[in-house]
Amino acid sequence: MSVANTPHEYTLAELCIAAAAEAFRGNGEVLATGIGLVPRLAASLAKATFEPGLLMTDGEVYLVAEPVPVGPRQGYEPKIEGYMSYERVFDLLYTGRRHAMVGPVQLDRYGQTNISIIGDYAQPKAALLGVRGFPGNTINHANSMFVPNHSTRAFVEGEVDMVGGIGYNPARWPGGKKPEHLELRKIVTDLCVMDFGGPDHQIRVVSLHPGVTFDEVQDKTGFPLAQADKIATTAAPTADALAMIIRLDPHNLRATVFKDNPPGVRAA
Amino acid sequence: MADLNKTMNVAEIVGQLESGMTIGVGGWGARRKPMALIREILKTDLTDLSIVAYGGCDVGMLAAAGKLRKLTFGFVSLDSIPLEKQFRQKRQQGTFEVNELDEGMVQLGLKAAAMRVPFLPTPVGLASDVLTHNPHLKTVTSPYDDGAELVAMPALRLDVALCHVNKADPRGNSWIYGPDPFFDEWFARAADKTYLTTEQLVTTADLDVKSEAIRMPIDRCHVNGVAEVPMGAHPTSCAPDYGIDVKFLKNYSAALSDEEWAAWVADHVTGKDQAAYIETAGGADAVRSLPLPVF
Repeated sequence: MSVANTPHEYTLAELCIAAAAEAFRGNGEVLATGIGLVPRLAASLAKATFEPGLLMTDGEVYLVAEPVPVGPRQGYEPKIEGYMSYERVFDLLYTGRRHAMVGPVQLDRYGQTNISIIGDYAQPKAALLGVRGFPGNTINHANSMFVPNHSTRAFVEGEVDMVGGIGYNPARWPGGKKPEHLELRKIVTDLCVMDFGGPDHQIRVVSLHPGVTFDEVQDKTGFPLAQADKIATTAAPTADALAMIIRLDPHNLRATVFKDNPPGVRAA
Repeated sequence: MADLNKTMNVAEIVGQLESGMTIGVGGWGARRKPMALIREILKTDLTDLSIVAYGGCDVGMLAAAGKLRKLTFGFVSLDSIPLEKQFRQKRQQGTFEVNELDEGMVQLGLKAAAMRVPFLPTPVGLASDVLTHNPHLKTVTSPYDDGAELVAMPALRLDVALCHVNKADPRGNSWIYGPDPFFDEWFARAADKTYLTTEQLVTTADLDVKSEAIRMPIDRCHVNGVAEVPMGAHPTSCAPDYGIDVKFLKNYSAALSDEEWAAWVADHVTGKDQAAYIETAGGADAVRSLPLPVF
């Protein structure tokens, strides 16, 4: 029996990394930017396995021929294949040749995202980062999201408190017409994988992580979700994928993504 | 004819600033910020400053010290410490005017100023709350057949730009030796006057290295003053010379009450020249051995 066919255990973080990597499948030669540990490992896994054409940086300014493992480098030297200063990222993203996976603090039914503030804009309850590049990213190229805490606090009932990343909300579109390059793709959470494939781009559950029900996801979401015709169980990472995840994250930083680093298959 | 000599010290540079000015600060987050100049500003009675920055502890310190009237920014962060606590506290209290823009819009605003045009068109900002919360931002309609609606990103004209570089000569030529020059060149072009601090003041002949000429994004015609300030970016990084002082930044980030902030300023700023300041950070050897960050 080959290793690939041996049943194996995996953590929820590893499940999310493998599921999020799928967002980059078929992307070809675009700059894959994963902001945060899981998105970065997801993009790295995609590039290292099934999507070798992706462009990727070392986290700073060099484009690398193979993904750079996260954490202390321990003598590893990035395999440089190009240069991508922050200024150049803007020049590139205006051409659309990029797919970013980001970690919004709030996300609404339209896919609009917020990392600026929570609460009132003038005197917010919490000031966060600022809009960063979200408005420009979302109007220029494909975007996906990772949300580690699927809850009504993250998936809010109304609009997000400050719309940084734009979404499928016709009321905000100039002339009511969808911005040509707006394209939101996947949302991976600790409970499920969603896309924007419902009616009028409604957010839709496409797969549930092992042991999770649709009702639980709906209960923890502040707006109604669509369901795929046949909701799948999120695919377990293959043995090869797990081996690559270990290579890409040699210090097991992924064990810190979720409290107590739970298994990918929920205990009954 | 005497050769150009733009050398100054930090006090002389900050002496050129006036309350109410719009000042652009180079660097990015916790990287290559002209922090010696920021601390020097903290020693003065300058006030009502309008700051344009890819923000880090430069913004946090000016906010904590009550120097800010207005902030034009896309983010404020200390990199490995994602949220800048001094900035957050003052932002939550609403103590300064907020001009929150997409990072790319900040660059376009600087470019518009540099190009001496009133605005540059961009789709960026459309359908987002950047327009809602910045009612001064207007849109334009393309005069061509497409008829596209675009944001007219206004020029971000600066009175002064402040940047920190690795090497500079007295004429104002400079090397940025870290891997990313960030947007310093656009701050310089957008400003009436630009002042540099430099790790090392060198001769023009020292800069005569053909393969390194691409590391000179700031043209000296924009530079009005140069001050040699070794470790002048501390506690931010200045690759390849030293990394981010995370421990120092954590200590700074914790000084949130009025009393704690006053104590922090007394410990690290008041009456301290650069050498004395560096001693408060553990000394030159410790700062020079701060590891470069891995992202």
